Amino acid sequence: MFVQIIFLIFATLLVASALGLIIARNPVYSALFLVLCFCNSAVIWMLTEAEFLAIVLVLVYVGAVMVLFLFVVMMLDINLAELRQGFTRFAWLGWLTALAVIAEIVGVVWSHGLTGLDVGGSPVPEPQNYSNTLALGQIIYTRYAYPFELAAMLLLVAIVAAIALTMRHRQGLKVQDISRQVSVRAADRIRIVKVEAEKRT
Amino acid sequence: MIPHAITLAELLTLSGVLFALAVAGIFLNRKNVILLLMCVELLLLAANFNFIAFSRVMGDINGQVFVFFVLTVAAAESAIGLAILVVLFRERRSINVEDLNTLRG
Repeated sequence: MFVQIIFLIFATLLVASALGLIIARNPVYSALFLVLCFCNSAVIWMLTEAEFLAIVLVLVYVGAVMVLFLFVVMMLDINLAELRQGFTRFAWLGWLTALAVIAEIVGVVWSHGLTGLDVGGSPVPEPQNYSNTLALGQIIYTRYAYPFELAAMLLLVAIVAAIALTMRHRQGLKVQDISRQVSVRAADRIRIVKVEAEKRT
Repeated sequence: MIPHAITLAELLTLSGVLFALAVAGIFLNRKNVILLLMCVELLLLAANFNFIAFSRVMGDINGQVFVFFVLTVAAAESAIGLAILVVLFRERRSINVEDLNTLRG
Protein backbone atom coordinates (compact mmCIF):
# COMPACT_ATOMS: atom_id res chain seq x y z
CA MET A 1 0.00 0.00 0.00
CA PHE A 2 2.83 2.36 0.95
CA VAL A 3 4.52 1.84 -2.41
CA GLN A 4 1.26 2.53 -4.20
CA ILE A 5 0.74 5.80 -2.33
CA ILE A 6 4.25 6.94 -3.25
CA PHE A 7 3.62 5.88 -6.82
CA LEU A 8 0.35 7.82 -6.96
CA ILE A 9 1.93 10.97 -5.52
CA PHE A 10 4.83 10.95 -7.94
CA ALA A 11 2.71 9.91 -10.92
CA THR A 12 0.39 12.85 -10.23
CA LEU A 13 3.36 15.18 -9.97
CA LEU A 14 4.77 13.74 -13.19
CA VAL A 15 1.56 14.29 -15.14
CA ALA A 16 1.13 17.76 -13.63
CA SER A 17 4.65 18.80 -14.61
CA ALA A 18 4.20 17.36 -18.11
CA LEU A 19 1.05 19.49 -18.37
CA GLY A 20 3.03 22.48 -17.12
CA LEU A 21 5.70 21.78 -19.74
CA ILE A 22 3.28 21.99 -22.64
CA ILE A 23 1.27 25.01 -21.51
CA ALA A 24 3.96 27.17 -19.87
CA ARG A 25 4.28 30.59 -21.49
CA ASN A 26 8.03 30.86 -21.04
CA PRO A 27 10.44 28.24 -22.49
CA VAL A 28 12.59 28.56 -19.35
CA TYR A 29 9.65 27.38 -17.23
CA SER A 30 9.06 24.58 -19.72
CA ALA A 31 12.65 23.42 -19.34
CA LEU A 32 12.35 23.50 -15.55
CA PHE A 33 9.08 21.54 -15.73
CA LEU A 34 10.87 18.97 -17.87
CA VAL A 35 13.55 18.71 -15.17
CA LEU A 36 10.76 18.04 -12.66
CA CYS A 37 9.35 15.40 -15.02
CA PHE A 38 12.69 13.62 -15.17
CA CYS A 39 13.13 13.72 -11.38
CA ASN A 40 9.66 12.26 -10.80
CA SER A 41 10.27 9.61 -13.44
CA ALA A 42 13.51 8.69 -11.70
CA VAL A 43 11.57 8.11 -8.46
CA ILE A 44 9.06 5.90 -10.25
CA TRP A 45 11.86 3.95 -11.93
CA MET A 46 13.38 3.46 -8.49
CA LEU A 47 10.04 2.06 -7.30
CA THR A 48 10.09 -0.44 -10.15
CA GLU A 49 13.61 -1.42 -9.06
CA ALA A 50 15.43 -0.05 -12.09
CA GLU A 51 17.89 1.79 -9.86
CA PHE A 52 20.76 2.20 -12.30
CA LEU A 53 18.59 3.76 -14.98
CA ALA A 54 16.97 6.06 -12.42
CA ILE A 55 20.38 7.38 -11.41
CA VAL A 56 21.44 7.66 -15.06
CA LEU A 57 18.28 9.59 -15.82
CA VAL A 58 19.04 12.13 -13.11
CA LEU A 59 22.75 12.38 -13.89
CA VAL A 60 22.61 12.42 -17.69
CA TYR A 61 19.29 14.11 -18.28
CA VAL A 62 18.94 16.56 -15.44
CA GLY A 63 22.68 17.05 -15.14
CA ALA A 64 23.67 17.35 -18.77
CA VAL A 65 20.89 17.47 -21.33
CA MET A 66 18.57 19.79 -19.45
CA VAL A 67 21.42 22.12 -18.52
CA LEU A 68 22.19 22.27 -22.24
CA PHE A 69 18.54 23.04 -22.95
CA LEU A 70 18.42 25.78 -20.33
CA PHE A 71 21.68 27.20 -21.62
CA VAL A 72 20.37 27.40 -25.17
CA VAL A 73 16.98 28.77 -24.08
CA MET A 74 18.62 31.52 -22.10
CA MET A 75 21.26 32.28 -24.72
CA LEU A 76 18.82 32.80 -27.58
CA ASP A 77 17.07 36.13 -27.66
CA ILE A 78 13.63 34.89 -28.63
CA ASN A 79 10.63 37.01 -29.41
CA LEU A 80 8.14 35.17 -27.22
CA ALA A 81 5.06 37.13 -28.25
CA GLU A 82 5.54 36.13 -31.87
CA LEU A 83 5.97 32.48 -30.98
CA ARG A 84 2.84 32.50 -28.85
CA GLN A 85 0.72 33.77 -31.71
CA GLY A 86 -1.76 31.19 -32.94
CA PHE A 87 -1.22 29.15 -29.79
CA THR A 88 -4.87 28.20 -29.60
CA ARG A 89 -5.41 27.68 -33.32
CA PHE A 90 -4.68 23.97 -33.30
CA ALA A 91 -5.06 23.51 -29.55
CA TRP A 92 -8.37 21.71 -29.86
CA LEU A 93 -6.75 19.24 -32.29
CA GLY A 94 -3.93 18.68 -29.81
CA TRP A 95 -6.23 18.04 -26.88
CA LEU A 96 -8.45 15.83 -29.04
CA THR A 97 -5.43 13.74 -30.07
CA ALA A 98 -4.27 13.51 -26.47
CA LEU A 99 -7.71 12.41 -25.28
CA ALA A 100 -7.93 9.85 -28.08
CA VAL A 101 -4.51 8.40 -27.25
CA ILE A 102 -5.33 8.26 -23.53
CA ALA A 103 -8.71 6.65 -24.19
CA GLU A 104 -7.17 4.05 -26.48
CA ILE A 105 -4.37 3.13 -24.09
CA VAL A 106 -6.63 3.03 -21.05
CA GLY A 107 -9.13 0.95 -23.02
CA VAL A 108 -6.53 -1.54 -24.16
CA VAL A 109 -4.72 -1.79 -20.84
CA TRP A 110 -7.67 -1.93 -18.45
CA SER A 111 -9.93 -4.24 -20.43
CA HIS A 112 -8.06 -7.36 -19.49
CA GLY A 113 -9.74 -9.55 -22.09
CA LEU A 114 -8.23 -7.67 -25.01
CA THR A 115 -4.56 -7.84 -24.22
CA GLY A 116 -3.95 -11.52 -23.67
CA LEU A 117 -1.39 -10.32 -21.16
CA ASP A 118 -1.51 -10.32 -17.38
CA VAL A 119 -1.47 -6.56 -16.95
CA GLY A 120 -2.58 -6.87 -13.34
CA GLY A 121 0.76 -8.44 -12.56
CA SER A 122 3.34 -6.48 -10.68
CA PRO A 123 7.10 -7.01 -10.65
CA VAL A 124 8.36 -9.74 -8.37
CA PRO A 125 10.65 -8.06 -5.83
CA GLU A 126 14.27 -8.94 -6.37
CA PRO A 127 16.14 -10.78 -3.58
CA GLN A 128 18.03 -8.90 -0.89
CA ASN A 129 21.50 -9.06 -2.47
CA TYR A 130 20.34 -8.24 -6.00
CA SER A 131 22.27 -5.48 -7.73
CA ASN A 132 20.59 -3.88 -10.72
CA THR A 133 23.85 -2.25 -11.80
CA LEU A 134 25.67 -5.57 -11.66
CA ALA A 135 22.99 -7.32 -13.71
CA LEU A 136 22.98 -4.56 -16.32
CA GLY A 137 26.78 -4.45 -16.46
CA GLN A 138 27.02 -8.19 -16.90
CA ILE A 139 24.76 -8.13 -19.93
CA ILE A 140 26.02 -4.87 -21.45
CA TYR A 141 29.66 -5.94 -21.44
CA THR A 142 28.96 -9.42 -22.78
CA ARG A 143 25.98 -9.75 -25.06
CA TYR A 144 25.67 -6.06 -25.86
CA ALA A 145 29.40 -5.25 -26.02
CA TYR A 146 29.29 -4.37 -29.72
CA PRO A 147 26.17 -2.15 -29.50
CA PHE A 148 27.72 -0.54 -26.43
CA GLU A 149 30.82 0.43 -28.43
CA LEU A 150 28.58 1.67 -31.22
CA ALA A 151 26.77 3.86 -28.68
CA ALA A 152 30.10 5.28 -27.54
CA MET A 153 31.00 5.96 -31.18
CA LEU A 154 27.62 7.63 -31.69
CA LEU A 155 28.26 9.95 -28.75
CA LEU A 156 31.68 10.83 -30.16
CA VAL A 157 30.15 11.61 -33.55
CA ALA A 158 27.48 13.70 -31.81
CA ILE A 159 30.14 15.70 -29.96
CA VAL A 160 32.12 16.32 -33.14
CA ALA A 161 28.98 17.24 -35.06
CA ALA A 162 27.74 19.62 -32.39
CA ILE A 163 31.11 21.38 -32.20
CA ALA A 164 31.52 21.49 -35.98
CA LEU A 165 28.04 22.94 -36.41
CA THR A 166 28.40 25.72 -33.89
CA MET A 167 32.02 26.67 -34.54
CA ARG A 168 32.27 30.14 -36.00
CA HIS A 169 35.00 31.11 -38.46
CA ARG A 170 35.54 34.81 -38.01
CA GLN A 171 37.60 36.69 -40.55
CA GLY A 172 40.62 38.78 -39.68
CA LEU A 173 41.40 37.06 -36.44
CA LYS A 174 45.08 37.04 -35.46
CA VAL A 175 45.52 33.41 -34.47
CA GLN A 176 48.45 31.04 -34.69
CA ASP A 177 48.34 28.42 -37.42
CA ILE A 178 50.63 25.80 -35.93
CA SER A 179 50.82 23.54 -38.97
CA ARG A 180 51.82 26.44 -41.21
CA GLN A 181 54.43 27.53 -38.69
CA VAL A 182 55.92 24.07 -38.50
CA SER A 183 55.98 23.41 -42.23
CA VAL A 184 57.59 26.71 -43.10
CA ARG A 185 60.88 26.59 -45.03
CA ALA A 186 63.75 28.99 -45.10
CA ALA A 187 62.90 29.92 -48.68
CA ASP A 188 59.50 31.23 -47.53
CA ARG A 189 61.00 33.64 -45.06
CA ILE A 190 64.35 34.79 -46.41
CA ARG A 191 64.83 36.41 -49.77
CA ILE A 192 68.41 36.84 -50.92
CA VAL A 193 68.74 39.87 -53.06
CA LYS A 194 71.79 40.62 -55.08
CA VAL A 195 72.27 44.37 -55.05
CA GLU A 196 74.55 45.84 -57.63
CA ALA A 197 77.16 48.09 -56.09
CA GLU A 198 76.64 51.64 -57.15
CA LYS A 199 79.45 53.45 -58.92
CA ARG A 200 81.16 56.04 -56.79
CA THR A 201 80.38 59.43 -58.12
CA MET B 1 1.87 -11.62 -7.85
CA ILE B 2 2.36 -9.18 -5.00
CA PRO B 3 -0.89 -7.43 -4.05
CA HIS B 4 0.61 -4.26 -2.65
CA ALA B 5 2.87 -3.11 -5.43
CA ILE B 6 2.65 -1.16 -8.66
CA THR B 7 0.93 -3.12 -11.38
CA LEU B 8 1.87 -3.21 -15.02
CA ALA B 9 -1.47 -1.62 -15.95
CA GLU B 10 -0.74 1.45 -13.80
CA LEU B 11 2.69 1.91 -15.34
CA LEU B 12 1.36 1.51 -18.88
CA THR B 13 -1.41 4.02 -18.19
CA LEU B 14 1.06 6.52 -16.80
CA SER B 15 3.29 6.16 -19.85
CA GLY B 16 0.28 6.49 -22.12
CA VAL B 17 -0.80 9.71 -20.43
CA LEU B 18 2.73 11.08 -20.71
CA PHE B 19 2.86 10.17 -24.40
CA ALA B 20 -0.50 11.81 -25.05
CA LEU B 21 0.56 14.99 -23.24
CA ALA B 22 3.76 15.13 -25.28
CA VAL B 23 1.80 14.73 -28.53
CA ALA B 24 -0.58 17.48 -27.40
CA GLY B 25 2.46 19.63 -26.64
CA ILE B 26 3.72 19.17 -30.20
CA PHE B 27 0.35 20.41 -31.49
CA LEU B 28 0.19 23.33 -29.06
CA ASN B 29 3.75 24.64 -29.39
CA ARG B 30 4.16 23.97 -33.07
CA LYS B 31 6.01 27.25 -33.65
CA ASN B 32 8.72 26.97 -31.02
CA VAL B 33 11.49 24.57 -32.03
CA ILE B 34 12.89 24.38 -28.48
CA LEU B 35 9.55 23.24 -27.09
CA LEU B 36 9.20 20.72 -29.91
CA LEU B 37 12.57 19.23 -28.90
CA MET B 38 11.45 19.10 -25.26
CA CYS B 39 8.22 17.34 -26.22
CA VAL B 40 10.25 14.78 -28.18
CA GLU B 41 12.28 14.16 -25.01
CA LEU B 42 9.01 13.59 -23.15
CA LEU B 43 7.87 11.12 -25.84
CA LEU B 44 11.10 9.16 -25.45
CA LEU B 45 10.65 9.17 -21.68
CA ALA B 46 7.16 7.68 -22.09
CA ALA B 47 8.58 4.98 -24.35
CA ASN B 48 11.28 4.24 -21.77
CA PHE B 49 8.56 3.80 -19.13
CA ASN B 50 7.06 1.00 -21.19
CA PHE B 51 10.45 -0.65 -21.66
CA ILE B 52 11.15 -0.59 -17.93
CA ALA B 53 7.68 -1.75 -16.94
CA PHE B 54 7.74 -4.73 -19.27
CA SER B 55 11.34 -5.52 -18.42
CA ARG B 56 10.54 -5.71 -14.71
CA VAL B 57 7.25 -7.55 -15.00
CA MET B 58 8.64 -10.15 -17.37
CA GLY B 59 11.87 -10.43 -15.42
CA ASP B 60 13.98 -9.75 -18.51
CA ILE B 61 16.87 -7.30 -18.09
CA ASN B 62 17.24 -6.78 -21.87
CA GLY B 63 14.53 -4.12 -21.79
CA GLN B 64 16.60 -2.01 -19.41
CA VAL B 65 19.59 -2.30 -21.75
CA PHE B 66 17.38 -0.86 -24.47
CA VAL B 67 16.42 2.04 -22.21
CA PHE B 68 20.14 2.64 -21.79
CA PHE B 69 20.62 2.85 -25.55
CA VAL B 70 17.53 5.00 -26.01
CA LEU B 71 18.91 7.44 -23.44
CA THR B 72 22.23 7.54 -25.32
CA VAL B 73 20.59 8.22 -28.66
CA ALA B 74 18.24 10.81 -27.13
CA ALA B 75 21.17 12.66 -25.57
CA ALA B 76 23.01 12.70 -28.92
CA GLU B 77 19.85 13.82 -30.68
CA SER B 78 19.18 16.71 -28.34
CA ALA B 79 22.83 17.84 -28.48
CA ILE B 80 22.80 17.97 -32.28
CA GLY B 81 19.28 19.41 -32.35
CA LEU B 82 20.30 22.25 -30.07
CA ALA B 83 23.46 22.86 -32.12
CA ILE B 84 21.34 23.14 -35.27
CA LEU B 85 18.99 25.44 -33.37
CA VAL B 86 21.85 27.75 -32.39
CA VAL B 87 23.13 27.88 -35.98
CA LEU B 88 19.58 28.53 -37.18
CA PHE B 89 19.10 31.36 -34.75
CA ARG B 90 22.42 32.88 -35.81
CA GLU B 91 21.33 32.82 -39.46
CA ARG B 92 17.67 33.81 -39.14
CA ARG B 93 17.39 35.61 -35.76
CA SER B 94 14.27 33.52 -35.16
CA ILE B 95 13.35 29.97 -34.19
CA ASN B 96 9.83 30.12 -35.52
CA VAL B 97 9.04 27.01 -37.53
CA GLU B 98 6.97 29.07 -39.96
CA ASP B 99 10.06 31.06 -40.98
CA LEU B 100 11.78 27.91 -42.16
CA ASN B 101 10.24 27.72 -45.61
CA THR B 102 13.30 28.04 -47.83
CA LEU B 103 12.67 24.66 -49.40
CA ARG B 104 9.05 25.44 -50.19
CA GLY B 105 8.37 24.86 -53.89
